[in-house]
Amino acid sequence: MLLKLVPEKTNIPFINGRKVAYGLSLLMIIASIFLFFEKDLNYGIDFEGGIMIEIGTEQAADVGAIRGSLTNLNMGDVVVQTFGSDTDILIRLQNQAGLTVDEVVVQVREALNEAVPGEISYRRTETVGGVVSEELTQDGIMAVAFAIGAVLIYIWLRFEWQFGLGAVIALVHDVTLTIGMFALTQLEFNLSTIAAILTIVGYSLNDTVVVYDRIRENLRKFRKMELSELLNLSINDTLSRTIMTSVTTLLALAALFFLGGEVIHGFAAAMIWGIFVGTYSSIFVASPILLWFELRREPDSFPEEGVEVYPPEKAK
Amino acid sequence: MLNFPRWKVILISLVSLLGVLMAVPNFLDDKMLESWPSFLPAKQVTLGLDLQGGVHLLMEADLAEVKKEKLESKRGDIRDAMRKEKIRLTSHIGGGQLMIRLKKPEETDKALSVIREQVEVLGGGIAGGGVNDIEYEDKGNGEITVRLTEEGLVVRADEVVKQSIEVIRRRIDGMGTTEPVIQKQGTGRILVQVPGFNDPQKLKEIIGKTAKLTFQMVNANIGPNDRVPPGFIRLPMVESERLQGQENSLVVSKRAIITGENLVSASQGFDQNNSPNINFRFDRVGGKKFGDTTRKNINRRFAIILDNEIISAPNIQSAILGGSGQITGNFTVQSANDLALLLRAGALPAKLTVMEERTVGPDLGADNIDAGKVASIIGLLAVMVYIVLSYGGFGLVTNFALIVNIFLIFGLLSLMGATLTLPGIAGIVLTIGMAVDANVLIFERIREELRSGKNVLSALDTGYQKAYGTIIDANVTTLIAAILLFQFGSGPVKGFAVTLMVGIATSVFTAVSLTRLIIATWARKKRPTTLKI
Repeated sequence: MLLKLVPEKTNIPFINGRKVAYGLSLLMIIASIFLFFEKDLNYGIDFEGGIMIEIGTEQAADVGAIRGSLTNLNMGDVVVQTFGSDTDILIRLQNQAGLTVDEVVVQVREALNEAVPGEISYRRTETVGGVVSEELTQDGIMAVAFAIGAVLIYIWLRFEWQFGLGAVIALVHDVTLTIGMFALTQLEFNLSTIAAILTIVGYSLNDTVVVYDRIRENLRKFRKMELSELLNLSINDTLSRTIMTSVTTLLALAALFFLGGEVIHGFAAAMIWGIFVGTYSSIFVASPILLWFELRREPDSFPEEGVEVYPPEKAK
Repeated sequence: MLNFPRWKVILISLVSLLGVLMAVPNFLDDKMLESWPSFLPAKQVTLGLDLQGGVHLLMEADLAEVKKEKLESKRGDIRDAMRKEKIRLTSHIGGGQLMIRLKKPEETDKALSVIREQVEVLGGGIAGGGVNDIEYEDKGNGEITVRLTEEGLVVRADEVVKQSIEVIRRRIDGMGTTEPVIQKQGTGRILVQVPGFNDPQKLKEIIGKTAKLTFQMVNANIGPNDRVPPGFIRLPMVESERLQGQENSLVVSKRAIITGENLVSASQGFDQNNSPNINFRFDRVGGKKFGDTTRKNINRRFAIILDNEIISAPNIQSAILGGSGQITGNFTVQSANDLALLLRAGALPAKLTVMEERTVGPDLGADNIDAGKVASIIGLLAVMVYIVLSYGGFGLVTNFALIVNIFLIFGLLSLMGATLTLPGIAGIVLTIGMAVDANVLIFERIREELRSGKNVLSALDTGYQKAYGTIIDANVTTLIAAILLFQFGSGPVKGFAVTLMVGIATSVFTAVSLTRLIIATWARKKRPTTLKI
């Protein structure tokens, strides 16, 4: 007996629930924007500049003592936190005016030698200057903006402009909610987060395109069917595939999230959230939104409803 | 569907086989790799700094300083040339340009032709195409302004970066580390990545020093508190040379007798007291100059100056002929070695500042690899189990394609000489999840066709045909995102984009062509009348 998460033939009235979905999406978008401005993102040094040092200690480290000893250096905000285990400590400092990075690092090392008993291993040191972090921010924004633009054009060419617009609205929806998630959880927002967001863009689009493909096919096949009914049929047609793919991707991501180590943790978290949001948006946002636009149906040169327009299969 | 042309069968099998062959070296350890036949590909994927540990530095050359120096030297050249023509003038530099005021405005035309001769053509080949280094303007009334051209500065900046890269490469090679990446990035920037190196401080000391070496005469008549006369400059002793009871700075002539450019070799050695020193040798020109100067200045001191600090100021006891000598000072073996390396490698044409630095310790790198391996294997197993549970025998075919896909990804990455980073591993795991998507699309389609009453063979055929367009659309859109990531990403993100792009390409091949070949072969043999899918 084969496992089927979704029954063979479904007829869930997704489109009827669209008003609820719009409301929910709107609420989440507003919440995301609010969170973004209210709490701001926890930018990593990639975008804010600064110094990050990860150290390993022999015994469980005393975060308070380390923080105290570093605060004595008078270097402004010092963030000290454990990173995955209590012998692994992450320290973040701002760039110091008038001090070179090397001077800062030397002072920090001295302070750490006092605060931490035993040997300290320097697992990772990263410093990003102000100029570079500004460029990285710019590049990040450009990458996301261009990706969305390129997608709009591709889908426009492959489908109709309405589909392109629908897909892009869904994408903006996904990106906004992902940023909202980062504002809410205060997970570090860094270069890999941009990678995650762009991958979410790719994935969500993947999902949307599969549904759109089916809508286009059904538009040719059932020429007289009510549009909302047709959209619903298309979503249901592709539902088992949508769920199947989401589950396999989630399985792979869950492995990354739980076993991939601390560095990849935030990336995996963003992706998992993105899979949910992307799947949701292609069903509840990208497709129902097509109802807003007049979808142009091709002239009635084909036979009646229910008859396939594809050339008959040649049995090879 | 069932009939594959023979060439297609051969091609698909060949590509799969080749991919696996190219990937295999990655899964062998060093010992097994030695016994790996030499006619087979043995290239392995390069591990990124986050996986093997190392230092990443992004440095920027101080181009403003280069521009200033260049303008200053142009001013000298123009004044010398004017003097030859007996044109009298005053000049000063301000606002990034050189302003010249002639004593006699009627000499303007003559002065302009002198300046014209000072224009140098930069870049370009035999066919020309170079750019002028300066442009000038007659402001009337005997005033002329001279500016460095934008194009000339760009050429100059490129030269500075190119020379810097050469010098840095010589320095890093001298440290005996393996395979550093040193490349130009944007204008005036240099990226340095040294894998397996865990001491950014040391690396910066070695590559960050300008290492401009000069020999200048000491003026011993000026005491520590006296005013410094024109033509001389007071320079500090390096920290290690500030001995008790001795001066902390010396006044030296601004004119250099010899510079590091005349140096042909430098190495660490020991002096008669067995303390570490540096032996050096000049080229012919430098050796002659050095000999002449020392002969004329017996019992006076000269200073050996590195980056505006005096590292040694020995007394000249006799003429030093033959062009070789030694620098003594308070060196340790290590510091003498480092200095010798810097001198051998030559000076940087501009000061470099560090804009971005990332260091990963080797144990963190190893942890990352382990975590990445475990996550990939568990993720892969989970997906495979789920696929078999869902699609039965067809799931097995998918899983086979999936494994070939992973081999292909590694094979291609090895072939391209790409770098595998931790986000890159994430990319592979993600590809695992998404590669299955193509097969899901196909199988779901086959199920649908079966439900609509098609016979088995026709359902298989239609399933593949109809899913194909969707698969291409879906993958092209993901590919767009990956390309943009590659374009705008930096460092590890680029690594992620590369694996994602490669993964998309290989997954379409394995999930569509390879599974189709297998299923077609099976269907032709068995001629099934029902499908369990």
